[in-house]
Amino acid sequence: MVNSTSFAPWNDPHAKPLIQFKNVTKRFGAFVAIEDLTQDIFAQEFFALLGPSGCGKTTMMRMLAGFETPTQGQILIDGQDMANVPPNKRAVNMMFQSYALFPHLSVWENIAFGLKRDGKSKSEIETRVAEMLRLTRLEKFKSRKPHQISGGQRQRVALARSLAKGPKLLLLDEPLGALDKKLREETQFELMDIQEKTGTTFVIVTHDQEEAMTVASRVAVMDEGRIVQVDTPDKIYEEPNSVYVADFIGDVNLLRGQATARKDGSGDGGISIAWAMEQPDLIASNADQALTNKSVTLALRPEKVAISKERPPEDGPSGINALEGTVIDIGYLGNLSTYHVQLADGTMIKAQATNTRRVARRDISWEDTVWVSFTTTAGVVLEG
Amino acid sequence: MRRFSRFNAVSLTLGFAFLYLPMLILVIYSFNSNKLVTVWAGFSTKWYGELFQNEAFLDAAWVTLRVAVISSTLATILGTMAAYALVRAGRFSGRTLFSGMIYAPLVMPEVITGLSLLLLFIGIGLDRGVFTIILAHTTFSMAFVSVVVSSRLVSFDRSLEEAALDLGATPFDAFRLVTLPIIAPAVISGWLLAFTLSLDDLVIASFTSGPSATTLPIKIFSAVRLGVSPEINALSTIMIGLVTVGVITASLVSKNTALRHERDAKAAERT
Ligand SMILES: Nc1ncnc2c1ncn2[C@@H]1O[C@H](COP(=O)(O)OP(=O)(O)OP(=O)(O)O)[C@@H](O)[C@H]1O
Ligand SMILES: [Mg+2]
Repeated sequence: MVNSTSFAPWNDPHAKPLIQFKNVTKRFGAFVAIEDLTQDIFAQEFFALLGPSGCGKTTMMRMLAGFETPTQGQILIDGQDMANVPPNKRAVNMMFQSYALFPHLSVWENIAFGLKRDGKSKSEIETRVAEMLRLTRLEKFKSRKPHQISGGQRQRVALARSLAKGPKLLLLDEPLGALDKKLREETQFELMDIQEKTGTTFVIVTHDQEEAMTVASRVAVMDEGRIVQVDTPDKIYEEPNSVYVADFIGDVNLLRGQATARKDGSGDGGISIAWAMEQPDLIASNADQALTNKSVTLALRPEKVAISKERPPEDGPSGINALEGTVIDIGYLGNLSTYHVQLADGTMIKAQATNTRRVARRDISWEDTVWVSFTTTAGVVLEG
Repeated sequence: MRRFSRFNAVSLTLGFAFLYLPMLILVIYSFNSNKLVTVWAGFSTKWYGELFQNEAFLDAAWVTLRVAVISSTLATILGTMAAYALVRAGRFSGRTLFSGMIYAPLVMPEVITGLSLLLLFIGIGLDRGVFTIILAHTTFSMAFVSVVVSSRLVSFDRSLEEAALDLGATPFDAFRLVTLPIIAPAVISGWLLAFTLSLDDLVIASFTSGPSATTLPIKIFSAVRLGVSPEINALSTIMIGLVTVGVITASLVSKNTALRHERDAKAAERT
């Protein structure tokens, strides 16, 4: 997890951002791909863009690389307005979502392409390419053409080619999608390692949330051309600012209801949520009382929901929010199990528990009547 | 695969006979020792010998070859540039008009093209000769090249050029090092097309050639009007031979490339 005291230039009002989007709008004809985007990205960040397909991630990257010009607004890199700087004059390299490998050149020549354009000496090029081949484990394939290698290998060539020049800013458009889990994790750590060693700033697009959580210093969640929330991975996960973000990142239970200020004399503050006819109100002591009388959604991660056969004691921490239901389905994930519990009114609640015992000895199974419970601070209350 | 039915065999034979019988007859008669073309008098290669003694024919052949090589090269350069500009320029107003204008010479009757060029050359006081034929051939075959090349460019993956630019190549380098090598087969077939068009053009060449330069088709045409000579048969046979070799080589090359690609792709799937 990111230690916010060691690296958090976004909290420092004096820090100078490497990239500045200033009210950038990009239209394709009448279609708005990016809408009035203002965002700073700082040097040495590992900035992850997350969002559903078609939300404008690639478009943002292409504007940074110089292949698209903003319809409105300004993009600054290192304080310099990029409006009239062509792609080949930018200290930015991009790994394309489609790889865009040169089909007539070998793997070696593909990686060497950018170095040759810089007029580097032969021995320098040799050394650098060899280094990249080693990093991406492509030594065996260096004299093959792109159509002679597999999809995952092609992806690694594209990665090596964009890394080779050691750019100030590296744009990776889904760089690891075609790799198997093990190789992907290794490459993620390689990327973080490269980033630490070279101080390169990374902007990475990914569909893999786990990847974003592992590698990113900050995550931006996008929706239809806008950035909905930018935060460190833990904040995005623990404190989503909207139902959209809570729903998009990870697994979540969303319970919709009407908020009232809590006045039970406990002094805890917070709100209670009336959410279903035959169910007790839910208590959220961490919520802002300003939400009173608004319709709200309680976002609750499955791992924060406990499951038990007996009702938890009324005076215990999980006793306040306890709901009775029936186990409909159990998803076995190896180290974890996810229980799908249906309440009397039909609402489904997901609860997660670690599997400390062997399968045969676990006491909760299908059709069992159980209690799901959570503390008054387990969820996040969001407006809407 | 299904076997040939008798009907298919018959129609195939007829079709091929229709296409190739005239040429076969021409080839056979080129080896006729008789001066009278249509009367067979035994096998001989003497007309080939005489052909190579005939200064006028050799001159015409040399002019034709020079015109074909130079004009097809110029047409390839200009046609490729035109195709590139039109495909890459995206949508601008008047684009349809421009591309239409590039293709117009394809459907324009040759007589009109020839006549208009003739008028132009006279108008600007250019003496007709090898140079004017080259200009004329470049003009009309450029349209063909640009059709061939632009059909390849349309399916060309634009992101390859972007990747080259991204890696620091200038736009010209990106074209030279990435685009051109990839579209090379189309450019080469454009060149071959322009070359053959120039080789066998009669109409436009007769408008734009002068007394100082005659091309082979003009020479053959005017010779035939005085009667078919066995020498012409020999000359035509040589041309048929050259074209056949060229076509077979070209198709073998492209077939081999396709096969190799297929095999490589399959091999890559397995790894
Ligand atoms: N050249 C273009 N012309 C018209 N529309 C475009 C163009 N490029 C992108 N778009 C549109 O802009 C929107 C954003 O596209 P973009 O490629 O940025 O999506 P993305 O977030 O990268 O999606 P994915 O995750 O599928 O790659 C899409 O709806 C797309 O159709
Ligand atoms: Mg994309």
